[in-house]
Amino acid sequence: MDLLGAVTVFVLSVLVGVEVISKVPATLHTPLMSGANSIHGIVVIGAMLISATADDLVGYLLAFAAVALGAANMVGGYVVTDRMLNMFRARPAGRPGSDEERSS
Amino acid sequence: MTDLDTVIGYVFLGAAVCFVLGLHLMNSPATARRGNLLSAAAMAVAVLATVVLLVDQDTITATGWIVMFLGAAIGSSAGLYAARAVQMTAMPQLVSLFNAAGGGAAALLAVNHIVQAAGSAELAERITVPGALDILIGALTFTGSLVAAGKLQGFVPSQPVVFRGARATNAVLALAGAVGAVWLVVDPGSVTALLLLVAAALVLGLTMVLPIGGADMPVVISLLNAFTGTAVAMAGFVLDQAALIIAGALVGASGGILTKLMADAMNRSIADIVIGGFGTGDSAPTVAAGAAAGVRVVSADDVAIQLAYANKVIIVPGYGLAAAQAQHELGDLAQALEEHGVDVSYAIHPVAGRMPGHMNVLLAEANVPYPLLKDMEEINPEFPQADVALVIGANDVTNPAARRPGNAISGMPILDVDRAKSVVVIKRSMGHGYAGIDNELYTDPKTGMFFSDAKHAMTTLKGAVQTLVA
Repeated sequence: MDLLGAVTVFVLSVLVGVEVISKVPATLHTPLMSGANSIHGIVVIGAMLISATADDLVGYLLAFAAVALGAANMVGGYVVTDRMLNMFRARPAGRPGSDEERSS
Repeated sequence: MTDLDTVIGYVFLGAAVCFVLGLHLMNSPATARRGNLLSAAAMAVAVLATVVLLVDQDTITATGWIVMFLGAAIGSSAGLYAARAVQMTAMPQLVSLFNAAGGGAAALLAVNHIVQAAGSAELAERITVPGALDILIGALTFTGSLVAAGKLQGFVPSQPVVFRGARATNAVLALAGAVGAVWLVVDPGSVTALLLLVAAALVLGLTMVLPIGGADMPVVISLLNAFTGTAVAMAGFVLDQAALIIAGALVGASGGILTKLMADAMNRSIADIVIGGFGTGDSAPTVAAGAAAGVRVVSADDVAIQLAYANKVIIVPGYGLAAAQAQHELGDLAQALEEHGVDVSYAIHPVAGRMPGHMNVLLAEANVPYPLLKDMEEINPEFPQADVALVIGANDVTNPAARRPGNAISGMPILDVDRAKSVVVIKRSMGHGYAGIDNELYTDPKTGMFFSDAKHAMTTLKGAVQTLVA
């Protein structure tokens, strides 16, 4: 990918991000922040690619730390977001007012 | 580019599309979980594709494989354990820790790439410029997020830590970081430049977040989340990986928007918060209970009678409820009232709790059905019909002074609690909220103050209500 192509991808992604995010209701902002947080866990892929080129001790140590941190970010982020969203869906039986109507 | 490279490129593109769709599905509570699962599945596929790519390239050493799998196993287990074990009230800290991990990984990745490639002359500006930015932003986010998490958890004092010349220090550190970055771009082989850049960014992260009060931490975490996204996008430039650029830019943009929304809801500008030294964090119970003049103090029995004989009660939960972890007790009290035929609803200010939407999560955890949770715009017209507005540990977001110009909270959107027929405020003391001003609601003649810790108050009130209606 040439530099212009990469910058184009970057700029368009920023615009898509703004467009998609600004429609989310305030009630979901915390799960959203957590969800966005887990998406930047994609850094683990970069860390894996970089560990493929490591061939000395410093390289291995840096790659190990990068993969471990990235994996913690990715796995932890998705699990905690799911835990949160699962609570939103919990509908205890027999409680009044728990009808499905809600528009935000 | 081999056929496999092309296929994997398309797989990464598909994953990126799923991230966007996943965020889109988070528009509504009904589809939000599906959105997150879609995003997670796409991430899993992308990771698998990377493994396939590495196997095919066959350049990775056996040690490299071991290092990678060990790192992935340890990191995943730590993340999984933390995500499962965390209390929902401590969730903002955890997001901040994961954020530190992501920022740290992004910075390490660029350090690794530059160190490895330094010997050869192949490092052009198109690698070193984003690389230096990645290290600067990533390292700063790493320490900054750790401090933010420490402040919320109480390991680090939540009061602003201000020392003489703090701003000058920050300016010097920022300059040192910039010098290190430029030096590294000019001379990618220089270890001194790399160390200067890393050290300056790490210390800058500390000194930037330390002077900011605990109450502003959510905005700071959100801002740092956006930083990490940007750092990951820069890492994408370094490695020439479109998937990282797309995902990083998405998160950078979303974090930026979210930060602005939070700051707006608190009537603060992001610049004010980052410059810091304002906002003393959590209100300390320094003023003796009931000391202020013109305040009507009520007992648990008074409040229970008011609640039990009301037709409509609006509950206004605030940070005090979250801090006391009283959401389950509140749910029980509300259930006791509902069983007695009282119409109960919850008024949720956009920044109630620690972060926008945090209160919704806490109440959802306590099994409060979310249709009862009303947004500020939705509930404000209902306050005049409410017999009792029960304010639990919320302060500035209920202060009628916000409607007048000329004070610290002027113009901040508030809940119209003072328009209810009567008001009960449960609070530990007359202490101030983070805006540091008196709340006129407390001296309103129709307001009764019930001084107590939120958890204790909920348990006592539930007992009193049940005795009354039995």
